[in-house]
Amino acid sequence: MSLLRVTSPHASGLGKVSAVMRDVLLATVPGVLVMTWFFGPGTLINLVLGAAVALALEYGVMALRGRDPRVAISDLSVLVTSTLLCIALPPYAPWWLIVIGVFTAVLLGKQVFGGLGYNPFNPAMVGYVVLLISFPIQMSSWALPRGLEPVPGVGEALQRVFSPGSIDALTGATPLDLLRQNTGLLFEDLMMSRPELSGWAGLGWFEVNLAFLLGGLWLLYRRVFTWHAPIAMLAALGLCALMGYDGGSSQSGGSALFHLFSGASMFAAFFIITDPVSSAVSNRGRLIFGALIGLLVYLIRTLGNYPDAVAFAVLILNFCAPFIDHYTQPTVYGTRKPTP
Amino acid sequence: MRVIHDIHGGIHPPERKALSQPGTLQSLALPPLLVLPLRQHLGVPARPVVAVGDAVLGGQMLAEANGVMSVPIHAPTSGTVRAIESRPIAHASGLEDICIELETDGQDQWVVLEGMLDWRDREPTMLAEQIRSAGIAGMGGAGFPTAVKLTPGPQRPIELLLINGTECEPYITADDTLMQCYADQLIEGAMILAHILGADSTLIGIEDNKPEAIACVQAAVVKANASIEIASFPTKYPSGGEKQVIEILTGVQVPSGGIPADIGIVCLNPGTAVAAREAIVEGKPLTHRIVTLTGEALSQPCNTLACLGTPIDHLLQEAGWAAEVRQRVIHGGPMMGFAVSNLDAPVTKITNCVLAPTQSELPLPAEPKPCIRCGHCAEACPASLLPQQLYWYARAKDQEQLTTHRLFDCIECGACAYVCPSHIPLVQYYRAAKGQIRDSEQERKRSDNSRERFEARESRLAEEAAAREAKRAARKAAAQQQATSGGVDPVQAAIERAKAKKAQQGSPV
Repeated sequence: MSLLRVTSPHASGLGKVSAVMRDVLLATVPGVLVMTWFFGPGTLINLVLGAAVALALEYGVMALRGRDPRVAISDLSVLVTSTLLCIALPPYAPWWLIVIGVFTAVLLGKQVFGGLGYNPFNPAMVGYVVLLISFPIQMSSWALPRGLEPVPGVGEALQRVFSPGSIDALTGATPLDLLRQNTGLLFEDLMMSRPELSGWAGLGWFEVNLAFLLGGLWLLYRRVFTWHAPIAMLAALGLCALMGYDGGSSQSGGSALFHLFSGASMFAAFFIITDPVSSAVSNRGRLIFGALIGLLVYLIRTLGNYPDAVAFAVLILNFCAPFIDHYTQPTVYGTRKPTP
Repeated sequence: MRVIHDIHGGIHPPERKALSQPGTLQSLALPPLLVLPLRQHLGVPARPVVAVGDAVLGGQMLAEANGVMSVPIHAPTSGTVRAIESRPIAHASGLEDICIELETDGQDQWVVLEGMLDWRDREPTMLAEQIRSAGIAGMGGAGFPTAVKLTPGPQRPIELLLINGTECEPYITADDTLMQCYADQLIEGAMILAHILGADSTLIGIEDNKPEAIACVQAAVVKANASIEIASFPTKYPSGGEKQVIEILTGVQVPSGGIPADIGIVCLNPGTAVAAREAIVEGKPLTHRIVTLTGEALSQPCNTLACLGTPIDHLLQEAGWAAEVRQRVIHGGPMMGFAVSNLDAPVTKITNCVLAPTQSELPLPAEPKPCIRCGHCAEACPASLLPQQLYWYARAKDQEQLTTHRLFDCIECGACAYVCPSHIPLVQYYRAAKGQIRDSEQERKRSDNSRERFEARESRLAEEAAAREAKRAARKAAAQQQATSGGVDPVQAAIERAKAKKAQQGSPV
């Protein structure tokens, strides 16, 4: 009889790429729900439109590349890319912004390098940065949170997305913007002066960050990634903010709590910088990778001109990842220096 | 209490050890034909000392050791030598090798065996030689000639003899069964080995999923009043790797590229210890070993004391094999074993398990997907390597980076591939890359040799040319010297001579 010849190991665990991706998608749910509560259905429209475009693109490109497109779709990785990008895009962004963003992320961020596993940069952040540089106005007008403005219904939301300009909608600066534009007020006074800045880190933003933190902790519990990069980033960001706080003068960079729970901090720490493909590989490397992102986020937020700093910080560190890898190889068994 | 250290990484695959009922030995029918490969150990094949047609007795030597890195082969029972030729063997390559084919006669007549009960008074070197001539090679899987391990030399004093009863591979229960059924023999064997090594202490390490074996061995230690320590430690794959078990029990790592003897430790399998006792106390060579026959494709999975040379097919039939279509038969365990390509291949000294799984039990590997560098492999690697980077470099055939990332410290345990969500056959990439690096190493040596030869030839030719040139120059100088000092130009003189000769010839007689 003929026997099968396969190589060891013959047993295999239950892990699957699609399961990893599914977990990441599920972990975004709390954050997306809280965003929807505070900013209305805009994010959901982003997500659905983005997912449709991303799936179509991935399918088409894989077919053109002569691979089985259904296999590529089924690993869910393209949905993760589009989901992460679309969460980062302003709610009620015009439809073409989403299409261009997803197009850039999937094609220029991922497929031109060879698809899943080969991209040196975080595809969602590639898409985000291209949009940010090309369409700064659309990218920096964020919807006002519930409590300042009534949240639009689905119909109005769709109109704003697909027929931009037909409705005059109020958009505003994010708390991070307000902080940067502040010149004369003490931090405490600034926080009191604007309704957007009520609460710990801005109206709605604190809750959004808390929800992404929750999802991130669940991913940690599911062992989708290790704690090293997220904790290092948050620690570095918090530490920088502490050092830059100077008691809250008008030049202050904002409190540590404000920085940790405003903007995209938690979302970045647990969903963006944990992208394994484009990050450093060893645990020690991921500590450095995360810490440098935290540092850069703080620097760009306080000294730069953009609404948030995560995308630039992540892309810069994606560049550095191979370099970090080179210097952070773990000590292999039997190569430890003998202790005297 | 000994401090138990943790190793990096490791995995917990389903153990499935109860399937083969550890602790009892089934006796199976003697096969009509035994096939004994000349190389059942790591090293040089043994040299046959019998001829085709010879009648042999059990325990008679069939092939002698060929050098230090070799051990002899003995007949497991009486019979007739039918052939000495190439036969399929159980090897990952699927290649054949020279085997002695023994037709058994069912009489099981043996040569007279002479043991040494007074081994405590014997010279260690003499006992080690006895262990070599009994054909003993490591029975844990690698088949390293035991006598070589037992003589590490004066520059490597041995402090600790470690009997590795970890048996961390799923399914396999051969050592478990051995420790339960031969506990007394194991203790005596360990004492003999410690005597040979001059080891100060002896330690038996057993994973805590084998409480019966631990109890049996403990009772045997008490009974023998031996000063042997027993340590149990948490079950985790691959704790049973030699390097891993040493770190778990001593906290010390074997230096990369070194051997345990470098840090004063010799690590041996319990089966090897029992075989050593038989060789010394009973004078009996290694002719049988315990084999686990397991997997859901067998209706009567069990452990059995099998003759070396028993065809795997015979064992499977005895254990009630119901072959499936697209069947896989694995020599060894599911993590590090290899798929057998021919069921005529025999049991050898390293066969601890024959696994016949059904497809639902051990599904065939899924189609590999791209590596997403999730790092689960690095979390699982017991050697603290970065498997995802090694995979990348193996695909790129970047030998420099593979060496920098310490590919050769990979023990091929398969933990990385087990946890890989992309189902990449990582170990196969590493094996191939190791082979390629060894090849190019050889290639480099060869080309270095030819370059040296070429350069030697070039310099020799240059020397010869220089010598000729020097000679010519010397002659020329001499001639010029003569011309200037003697007043006679040799060329002119030669012309004169030729003219004179011509004139002489030209004149009428």
